[in-house]
Amino acid sequence: MATETRTEAALSAAGVLRALKASGFTDVVWLPDSESGFLHQALAADDSLRLVPVCREGEAIVIALGLTVADRQPVVIIQSTGLFESGDSIRGAALSFGMPLLLIVGYRGWNYGRPMTDTAAIYLEPVLNAWGIPHHLIESDDDLERVQQAWTEAVERAGPVAVLVGQEYE
Amino acid sequence: MLAITTETPRIDCLAALDALASRRTDQIVVNTMVTAREWPAYSRNEDLDLPFIGCMGKASSLGLGIALGRPERQVLVFDGDGSLLMNLGSLVTIAAARPKNLVLIVFENGVYEITGGQPVPGQGQFSFAALARGSGLERVYEFDALEPFVAHLEEILSGPGPTFVCLKVAEVGRRSPKPGRVMGEAARRVREVLAGT
Repeated sequence: MATETRTEAALSAAGVLRALKASGFTDVVWLPDSESGFLHQALAADDSLRLVPVCREGEAIVIALGLTVADRQPVVIIQSTGLFESGDSIRGAALSFGMPLLLIVGYRGWNYGRPMTDTAAIYLEPVLNAWGIPHHLIESDDDLERVQQAWTEAVERAGPVAVLVGQEYE
Repeated sequence: MLAITTETPRIDCLAALDALASRRTDQIVVNTMVTAREWPAYSRNEDLDLPFIGCMGKASSLGLGIALGRPERQVLVFDGDGSLLMNLGSLVTIAAARPKNLVLIVFENGVYEITGGQPVPGQGQFSFAALARGSGLERVYEFDALEPFVAHLEEILSGPGPTFVCLKVAEVGRRSPKPGRVMGEAARRVREVLAGT
């Protein structure tokens, strides 16, 4: 269970981009959401990360694994609602291929450690726990070292690890 | 769009697989459902075969990812009609990504054969070729006879993709054998082979 408390510092697009590039990611497979929409301009303007937009989140999981089969290092960026939609892609591919995969998941409804009312938030960590997918919260640039840590964990586990974005675009 | 229809519709699915196997060289093959179960009897390069059963119709997505990651290597996806109906958005995603090395072949038999032959929704009332073209794919073929498909295979495999092919096939009509290799094992094997080339 994430227990971090709210911080005043914001999560910046430049900071996230730096963290992704420093960790060696090559492709961003994503469907924008309220927690990651602010990244679009920065991602689209950066030639070193290929942006692969998808129509549905379940596609994103499997496209990313295809890229991994092809020896690339993709990251998936989706919202918690999209993670729920991706259930069978996670079960049948992410948890069965035996390959590292970083999921950056918008934590819709995250209430900075206070009780949550949005079911998109309430069910997120229990669902990840049920799948045995480790997860780590980021709320500001101060937390971005967790991206590299999560990727290292994904490589060691040869499986998916999630970074949960606890900041909604306003 | 090329659409060829004849007096004797419905292609023998196994004959189509045989034709594909005879012309396949170093392409990666991602397949699902009935074609995944039948393909091992025809494939001559099992190390580059990736059966992908399950995940609610995501074979086209897996093929897209591999194609984007290895643009110099052609990727063939053998999809099912029921499977592609579960993931129709992937046609738009593929059209947007424009991988020149991806050939998506849907084997349309009108039923969920692997679960006993129940009809797919809208059986016979929609056109995959039209859906593909409407999604932004430009190189689209449709066949309901084997001979013209075989006659166009070289063109299909040699031209710039993304390429979409709809084969109107008959049901295999028997319980197909289960794949010998599990998905994760096959995926890791293909990854190893690609890493070494």
